[in-house]
Amino acid sequence: MSKRSNEPFLWMLFSTGGVVAAMLIPVHLFLFVLAFPLGLLDGPSYQGLLSLLRHPFARLYLFVLCSLPLFHWAHRFRYTLYDGLQIKHLNELINTFCYGGAILGTVLAAYLLWTTP
Amino acid sequence: MTGKITLEVTRYHPERDKEPGLQTYEVPLRKEWVVLDALNYVKDKVDGSLSFRWSCRMGICGSCGMMVNGEPKLTCATFLADYAPGPIRVEPMKNFPILRDLIVEVSDFLVKLGKAKPWLIREEERPLTEGEFLQTPAQLDTFKQFSMCINCLLCYAACPVYGLDPLFSGPAAIALAQRYNADSRDQGAHKRLDILSHSDGIWACTLVGECTEVCPKNVDPAGAIQQYKLTATKEWVKSFLIPWGRK
Amino acid sequence: MPGSAQYSPKTFRTRVSTYWWLDRWPYLRFILRELSSVFVAWFVVIALLQIKALKNGPAVYEEFQQWLRSPTLVVANVVTLLFVIFHAVTWFNLTPKAMPLRVGGKRVPSLFIVAPSYLVWLAISVTVAWIVLRG
Repeated sequence: MSKRSNEPFLWMLFSTGGVVAAMLIPVHLFLFVLAFPLGLLDGPSYQGLLSLLRHPFARLYLFVLCSLPLFHWAHRFRYTLYDGLQIKHLNELINTFCYGGAILGTVLAAYLLWTTP
Repeated sequence: MTGKITLEVTRYHPERDKEPGLQTYEVPLRKEWVVLDALNYVKDKVDGSLSFRWSCRMGICGSCGMMVNGEPKLTCATFLADYAPGPIRVEPMKNFPILRDLIVEVSDFLVKLGKAKPWLIREEERPLTEGEFLQTPAQLDTFKQFSMCINCLLCYAACPVYGLDPLFSGPAAIALAQRYNADSRDQGAHKRLDILSHSDGIWACTLVGECTEVCPKNVDPAGAIQQYKLTATKEWVKSFLIPWGRK
Repeated sequence: MPGSAQYSPKTFRTRVSTYWWLDRWPYLRFILRELSSVFVAWFVVIALLQIKALKNGPAVYEEFQQWLRSPTLVVANVVTLLFVIFHAVTWFNLTPKAMPLRVGGKRVPSLFIVAPSYLVWLAISVTVAWIVLRG
């Protein structure tokens, strides 16, 4: 192969992120961002949530939930900017913004979940 | 069916015109006439200078692709009656440079098709004494759909990425590469991977899916491209796990 | 010259409009599908903010919940939910494209590849809801 493209790797991240986002985000969004705050359903108490969060499996789960969908966004948004706004010539800036943003979010998620007391 | 229908047809003469414009013609509205019949009527009886490509007039040669009311169509398979009372706008296929009137310059596609190496590639030739290749119906089934492509380029006219990205190989070229990769007689997948896995060869495809929608032969190029992406990704992973095994 | 072979300088190249995606409904639907990824990212932002608030004590957490109740946020998040569901539906419907399954030599109809995705989606959603609502 004269020049091996790294696109397959980014596509894999995009795909797994897409599956995680499709399977998990709707229920999480509905429960934690709408139903519980608005009182449509009775959510767990503050203590209950905190103990859920502390569980090592929960931390890993939340890390995956927060990290992979960001890479899904990064890849998809990058191509939307290329094609939608026709600014592919700014690709270095776009790639840094998109994948850099995803990496930043991943690092933040890792930090938050690792340092939960 | 009697009556007339109006055609608004793109005219462009490279030596005279700065840019293309529309010219109107009235043609008979016959229930069995297709847009191609109407264009031939214009050329025969009204305006002999109108230029367009066509050949078989039965949907197999792939020559007569044009935009009809903004949609890529084979004009030999598009009935006037379906657009009554009209008018019908007939323009050259989108995303290609216009040579003259309804004729577009397609050499970009031919270059990209060549890069996909759409022929059987063998590592070792079989001697004639071994006889012919044998293929089960199931083996044929893996690529038969993609072999139905007539190179009409409607998929290129429908693909927004091809219009925006000059390096994108395009639906038909990739579908034909996948046709040969999936063929049990072929041993050239790695040769095609070089060209098609290059950053803009296939990865610019964002699965808009319009290529499959407009294809008159049900080739499903979008499906072919997705299969190809999966294959290319598996090859990429393998090349990391077995670096010494790469040909 | 990248891409194309030589062409006569007199050919006319139509410039692609910045609003090409408004020209046909399938193109607009495609762009909306792609933009659903922005709402996916927005969910992650909210989720991270919520985890941070949770860690900082019950008072901070209650403030955060209050913020989520404000009208602008509620509207924004309902729209987000719609787009996230749109992402899931379009994603599941496209899975058969990449994986043509063959059983006993015949192509499996797309429905048999799409339907399991929806069933798994339902099962996972119910499981998550049960775990969260129970404890």
